[in-house]
Amino acid sequence: MNESVRLDGVVKAHGPVVAVDQVSLAIQSGEFFSILGPSGSGKTTILRLIAGLDRPDQGEIVIQQRNVTLDPPHERPVNMVFQHYALFPHMSVFDNVAFGLKMKGERQSKIQNAVGHMLTLVRLQGKEKRLPGQLSGGEQQRVALARALVNRPVVLLLDEPLAALDQQLRQEMQGELKRLQREVKATFICVTHQQDEALMLSDRLAVMQGGKLLQVGTPQEIYDQPVSTAVAKFIGLSNVLPGTITRVEDGLCWVEHESLASVVVKCPPQGPPPGAVTVVIRPERLHVSAKAPVNGYDNMLPGIVNQTIFNGNEVLYHVRLRNEALWMVRVPITEAQTCPLTVGQPVYLQWSAHEGLALSAHPAPL
Amino acid sequence: MTTRFSTSSAIPVKLSLLSAGIFLGLFFLVPLLLVLAISLASRGTYGGIAWIATWENYQRLLDPLVGTIFLRSILFAGLTTLVCAAVGFPLAYCMARVSRKWQFILLTLVMIPFWTNFLVRTYAWVLIFRADGILNTLLIKLGLQEEPLPLLFTDVSVFVGLVYGYLPFMVLPLVVAIERISPQLEEAAFDLYASLGAMFRHVLLPLSKPGFIAGGVLVFIPSLGAFITPYLLGGGQKMMLGTLIQQEFLVSRDWPFGSALSFGLMGTVLLLWFLLGRTSYGRDSS
Repeated sequence: MNESVRLDGVVKAHGPVVAVDQVSLAIQSGEFFSILGPSGSGKTTILRLIAGLDRPDQGEIVIQQRNVTLDPPHERPVNMVFQHYALFPHMSVFDNVAFGLKMKGERQSKIQNAVGHMLTLVRLQGKEKRLPGQLSGGEQQRVALARALVNRPVVLLLDEPLAALDQQLRQEMQGELKRLQREVKATFICVTHQQDEALMLSDRLAVMQGGKLLQVGTPQEIYDQPVSTAVAKFIGLSNVLPGTITRVEDGLCWVEHESLASVVVKCPPQGPPPGAVTVVIRPERLHVSAKAPVNGYDNMLPGIVNQTIFNGNEVLYHVRLRNEALWMVRVPITEAQTCPLTVGQPVYLQWSAHEGLALSAHPAPL
Repeated sequence: MTTRFSTSSAIPVKLSLLSAGIFLGLFFLVPLLLVLAISLASRGTYGGIAWIATWENYQRLLDPLVGTIFLRSILFAGLTTLVCAAVGFPLAYCMARVSRKWQFILLTLVMIPFWTNFLVRTYAWVLIFRADGILNTLLIKLGLQEEPLPLLFTDVSVFVGLVYGYLPFMVLPLVVAIERISPQLEEAAFDLYASLGAMFRHVLLPLSKPGFIAGGVLVFIPSLGAFITPYLLGGGQKMMLGTLIQQEFLVSRDWPFGSALSFGLMGTVLLLWFLLGRTSYGRDSS
């Protein structure tokens, strides 16, 4: 695999606000790469820097071994799908999709073919003459994709591509995006604040906050081995417990909380974190029993059921611990039905040492 | 800001329509009918109105001399509109894209001239243009000219005066139109390999069309019938429609012919408006 896009120590400030702070990142060719972060984390700025719509204050941007840091947008082999699509409202679907090719001065016959092919690919045949305003949200989205992809970009940049669509359409378009990426074989870089979207779509993803990259990895890595509590909290639900390490042995840490029992969990791969730590356990990793604690688990914390949320295929219990913290437990619906729990009932939360992870409260930056 | 008549406020809407109707009827329709009546009457021997019905006043509009003045006026008004559009667009673009605070400052600057009477402002141009005026003094002091240039009472001075007077009427509708164009569309065009010029031609220009049309109408119509500017800055030497009409009413005391000229002017505007609707404006309302 060769490198498609590389950012080297890129810094971009908007006035006093540093939107992108010393970001270095390498994205492989053909990868579906997502940048995930809350709004204002600088993820859209990274996209604009790659597109050439913004210039970095520091650092370099390399696309396919070519330094494009100072190149204007029209000289870069990338195209962008804008957040609200930015379709030209006065042009037909055909003219919108043909725009890039016309600007490049392609021959009319070639434009006809390429646009026709692309509209078939995004399943918009027969709508060539419509204006964007006459299309549904999902159709507009597909015009935006076609308008970018028809130029055969090395890299396709997508800014919150599914944010404007309703839930059902979003799921449909997620599949569509994956399919398109396989067919055109381009690198897709997608910015989103929807963690489920990023987990489902991406080959790899980066989690961003405050202009910095917190972690880069596969969805599995980031979900199972978050490097910090910030990442853990941003991706999926997490239960957290602050404490200090009292013992380290065989890659396991014993963590003591000021008022609860001591727990034992995995140390992070980079070794035991110094000083104060936070224990993180995913809600689906916990076992909940109503009567008495069962054997076979390393840790046990008692609590009281505070709320039950029925979710279709599972039940989410909120359990109040003795230190007043609320923990969440996911129980598959089949299990929850055989042994239903009610609000106010005392329960025992249990988990094995390798299901939990101790994280430093202040991790070293990437 | 809806234009629909809501049922809950049916009575106030009808009332306001009635008051607007009365106002327009009294101050617009009645005088217009009066002028129409006069345009069909004859000129009395001593300059009064003789109520003898005749088409003669309208036949006189076909006089080549009158035709020349019509064409001149249309040409001047058309050029004024084009120059106002060309000069106004960059200004309007800036005003539409700067921050709210700067937009307010710039809007105020555009409006400030309106706080002074138009006649007074036009006199200011006389002071600038005349032989011992500001411009000539400057040119001579700088050694660029030995003798003062004959600037005042030329086509150029009339033209400058018209552009000056009507530029704000082009800028303000353009600002409104450009504000409604998302800057993302410009970025999308650049991302799709458009140069600055291509982006302007294919994106900004067509999407600003409503602003150009509104501004064009607001500039073209008043400059077609402009009177003060050609009178003060043109010295009334080369006739324009406005000066001709004024002359018929006040100097020649030929009210019927002046009235016919006024209707000719109105007819011209209506005809051009109709042609505009047929060619460009009607097309995208499909």
